[in-house]
Amino acid sequence: MSDFDEAQVAVEAALAAGARYADARVMHRRYESMHARNGEIQELTQREDAGLGVRALVGDSWGFYAISDLTDIAARKAGRSAAEIAEASATVAGRPVEFTPAAATIDSWASGCEIDPLAVPLSDKGDLLAGATKTAHAAGADLAEGVYQAWDTRKWFVSSEGHRIDQHIRECGGGIWATAIGDGETQRRSYPSHRGQYGTRGWELVTELDLAAHAERIADESRALLSAPLCPAGETTLILGGEQLALQIHESIGHAIELDRILGWEAAFAGTSWLDLTELGALRYGSDLLNVVIDPTLPGALGSFGYDDEGSPAVRRDAVRNGIWTGVLAGRDSAAVAGLPYGGSVRADGWQSLPMVRMTNVGLEPGPHTLDEIIEATDDGILMETNRSWSIDDKRLNFQFGTEVGYEVKRGRLGRLLRNPTYTGIGPVFWGSMDMLSSEIVAYGTPNCGKGQPAQIGHTGHPAAPARFQNVRVGVRG
Amino acid sequence: MIEQVRNALPGAEAEIFTERVARGLTRFANSAIHQNITTETTSVRLRVHRDGRTVALTGRDPETLIARARAALEAAPADRAWPGLTAPAALPGEGNLDEETATATPADRAARVRDFVRAAGGLETAGYVSTTVHRATYENTLGQVAAGGTTEAALDGIARTGTSDGVSRLASVRLADLDGARLGARAAVKARASAHPEALPPGRYEVVLEPTAVADVLNCLAIFGFNGRMVAEGMSFATPGADQLDPAITLLDDPAGPGGIGLPFDAEGTPRDTLTLVDRGTIRGVLHDRRTAALAGAVSTGHYSDAGFGALGSCLHLLGSGAGPADEVDGPEADSHVSALVRDVERGLLVTDNWYTRVLDPKTLVMTGLTRNGLWLIEDGQVTRPVQNLRFTQSYPRALAPGAVLGVGATAVGQPATRLDLGFRAPALRLASWNYTGNAAG
Repeated sequence: MSDFDEAQVAVEAALAAGARYADARVMHRRYESMHARNGEIQELTQREDAGLGVRALVGDSWGFYAISDLTDIAARKAGRSAAEIAEASATVAGRPVEFTPAAATIDSWASGCEIDPLAVPLSDKGDLLAGATKTAHAAGADLAEGVYQAWDTRKWFVSSEGHRIDQHIRECGGGIWATAIGDGETQRRSYPSHRGQYGTRGWELVTELDLAAHAERIADESRALLSAPLCPAGETTLILGGEQLALQIHESIGHAIELDRILGWEAAFAGTSWLDLTELGALRYGSDLLNVVIDPTLPGALGSFGYDDEGSPAVRRDAVRNGIWTGVLAGRDSAAVAGLPYGGSVRADGWQSLPMVRMTNVGLEPGPHTLDEIIEATDDGILMETNRSWSIDDKRLNFQFGTEVGYEVKRGRLGRLLRNPTYTGIGPVFWGSMDMLSSEIVAYGTPNCGKGQPAQIGHTGHPAAPARFQNVRVGVRG
Repeated sequence: MIEQVRNALPGAEAEIFTERVARGLTRFANSAIHQNITTETTSVRLRVHRDGRTVALTGRDPETLIARARAALEAAPADRAWPGLTAPAALPGEGNLDEETATATPADRAARVRDFVRAAGGLETAGYVSTTVHRATYENTLGQVAAGGTTEAALDGIARTGTSDGVSRLASVRLADLDGARLGARAAVKARASAHPEALPPGRYEVVLEPTAVADVLNCLAIFGFNGRMVAEGMSFATPGADQLDPAITLLDDPAGPGGIGLPFDAEGTPRDTLTLVDRGTIRGVLHDRRTAALAGAVSTGHYSDAGFGALGSCLHLLGSGAGPADEVDGPEADSHVSALVRDVERGLLVTDNWYTRVLDPKTLVMTGLTRNGLWLIEDGQVTRPVQNLRFTQSYPRALAPGAVLGVGATAVGQPATRLDLGFRAPALRLASWNYTGNAAG
């Protein structure tokens, strides 16, 4: 049997058991990571798994069954069981289930990859991490850490509507961290971001990062932070670096525009959204400078794919245009409930997980300035870079972020280093205060977006650039 | 399989950890079941150390795993910190596995959802009922062999008015312990009692944390506070032997004791027994795997995790001040034990949940997060009015410091796991001060 065949068997079994719709994904994923501390490789991890997940819709109730046994018998059992589970769901039934229309699609898609990360010699990868962390440790970091991760995922999707799509998605990335330990606190500097940088690319991404070249700098900065003055408390003009803004977008825009949250489907754990669908197309989300795009077609970004896990094609669409909320992340069933004509944002973190609305690449369109111009235009403020902590309420309104480093900005120039910077605010007020935006867009990858219950780990991308905000509260401390 | 490894990789130190997990999850939202999931997964983890190199691989097929291990070992970097394998040692037991829970059906879970929804009396509801059976075996080339299993059943649900949410949660080894109707009624009472909350200015408040909120405190302590690697590297507040917490605090890690929902051994084959982390305020133990134990000159406590944090807690149990189940209370407080703590508060807050908590500095364990699912002002020993959610920025060890714990609830209540093989049992806590730094205005 081919992997399409196993999915087909599961779908047919679900239909035979009474389903009016069914789809199935066979997935095979290989994963590799290596972690280094202070010049030593501690462990090489390689994981490989494969399995089948099948969704069945019986009447207006869903069932999902997943099994790691890829045999004809197991596939039939999975399809039949999914339909049986759906019947149990019907005992506490809700609204009618409909889908947005979809054309039967037969296609293949693969992400770009110049150098297969799993084919690069392990010794080369180990030397890279060991060398960079050894340099950072020697330069004064109490703890110097480095990691790379690589995923190689193949999917075969079949639906009862005639979809037959296979995809090959390769993702990788890495980063280094330097931690200085003081008497009463720790300070950390990261490169190239607080989790590293990731994309749907090959090993060329890691090579381009040139981790070793930044090792000494981050060690120096981590030690310097231990004796830097505390970030002052109060309201000020805030300039955020692109990496921090990427996470700000992720938390206060990306999650807020997930349609399942807006509809209350994730209310218990992940939370809901402050957005009301009746205001789609009219609500002011931010200043006129704010243009946010949902774009899974972006080459090389971590939230890119050819088709989502319902077989919907990747399509670029607006989320916010000139500061007005214009679009959501949706699946075919949630879009139908909302009366919207599109899905395309449903993914699962593995064959064993139920696909749900997840971010793809959600990011900014560029502004007219550079970071240097933004600093030069600022008389009195603070520049914050590289995320250290993040927290936002269950409606995605009240947030507080900490960054690794801050700098005073006085009369258009960078000043002293500042320790333990934090800022806090309310989403639409904060985005409404954005008055300068850089053109220096980078698509930052987030490899650990948590959502669902039990939590699934999503891979998302966030094109972002430095930006300036007015009257932001900073320096919140415990 | 270990014999296959011996034959294929002569001279290697090797271990094999096999997990079989079957999970049934019935999620509901808008008072209807919208996700209903059964997953059956089997994974085999093979870790091999030979010629100074270590590789850890997971997969399903032994022959493929061994072949992959051989190839990876040839090119793997040197591992000078290899701590060796676990020597043969007896387990404390086989774990707590309830057969009825292990064989629960989607209909069994749906029945509890139905009871929860009905008991909410027309309020909109959301949440989940889950049953998990976790079986594992371990063997290594030194001769250590282990096998065991555990079950967990959990109900976590909210009831919602237009302006408020109320939650109830319970976890147990046994599905039979979950009463959907009782839990649904509890969530509805709390939701109604927190409707139309008023704004309250940020500041320091005395608090009563319900067991649902205390579970978050334990989770953070498990990850950052008692993590053996962070202690050894100077990244944790915890200093073994020091009286750092209030004498009212006694904290155990107890995965396989009565009611524990963890395996009796970890993925390195190390037996887990009841471990005292805090004894009446004094730090007595920290969590170790074999690497962190070697780093600290200690012995592994059986808390290996591949999550990248170092050794993590498995089943944290904060001891209550007394015994016996609580009576239900028809009000904002979850039960009579919480109500007893509220009675002594002159002015403070009753907190249902700490949510989305993130660490600002691991060493001081300063966390930021928000309240959720019900927050009330307490005045003169009475809950007087619901208030809007607040953001806090607070050092957890400082909140539990000597003299800061003004009361401990009588009974620890099982709370749902946040990941496989992690559970909490927590009583309510009355604490002298909690630093709220923001409200809905920012």
